[in-house]
Amino acid sequence: MEVLFYIAAVVTLVATVRVITHVHAVHALLYLVVALIALALIFYLLGAQFAAALEIIIYGGAIMVLFIFVVMLLGPLAVEQEKSWLTPGTWVGPSVLALVLLGEVGYLIAAGDHLPIDVMETRRKGISIVLYGPYIIGVELASMLLLPGLIGAYHLGRRVSKEPR
Amino acid sequence: MLTTHALVLAIMLFCIGLVGLLSRRNILYMLLSLEIMLNAASLAFIAGGARWGQADGEIMFLFILTLAAAEVSVALGIVLQLSYRFKTLDADAFSEMKG
Repeated sequence: MEVLFYIAAVVTLVATVRVITHVHAVHALLYLVVALIALALIFYLLGAQFAAALEIIIYGGAIMVLFIFVVMLLGPLAVEQEKSWLTPGTWVGPSVLALVLLGEVGYLIAAGDHLPIDVMETRRKGISIVLYGPYIIGVELASMLLLPGLIGAYHLGRRVSKEPR
Repeated sequence: MLTTHALVLAIMLFCIGLVGLLSRRNILYMLLSLEIMLNAASLAFIAGGARWGQADGEIMFLFILTLAAAEVSVALGIVLQLSYRFKTLDADAFSEMKG
């Protein structure tokens, strides 16, 4: 159990260091997706299955897709650039890290219920009961945060008109 | 024991994100470093929640997720506007507001 945690931690660290040391934005995003998935595995090993699912769906899915769209919008893609992205050398690093994670998940599925999750205590209450009980003000504040985020993204995302008004 | 090492991992991830934020001048990479630091914070919250067996850690993770989604959508809009106006993503070039 702990070995799985350490392997996932090493994968996370390596992928994160590659994110901040890479020159090409798309390669850095690939490494960041791998780091997020490794972090989701760590969340699962810590007993937070719901957080692990949300990490993959929202971070690895939605937010990274936003980043990739913006990188594609920033510059028109030249054919030579796309050719250089399709060479095997750019895919080897993230693929190896992702294969390590896939091996870990396969081991977890094969082991089934025999492996105890190393949580210190079993949780007493569900997330939703606490979220809509004592933390209801936080939910309201999150909605007040998301609506200006939506309006701001809509306003900022328009193309700039050429002539000043 | 596992949660202690998870906290150490969170510290290391946060430091990597901080170094990236301070050393890279491309504004897209600065955003990526911010994401890494937010992830490190949520890992620390999850580890604390797992240590004490409470659901509060995962709830704080939900709030951090909401914050990150709102922040990324607005910040990427700002990145698009900056690239249209200045034709560059260098953070040092955006110095029109110097007092």
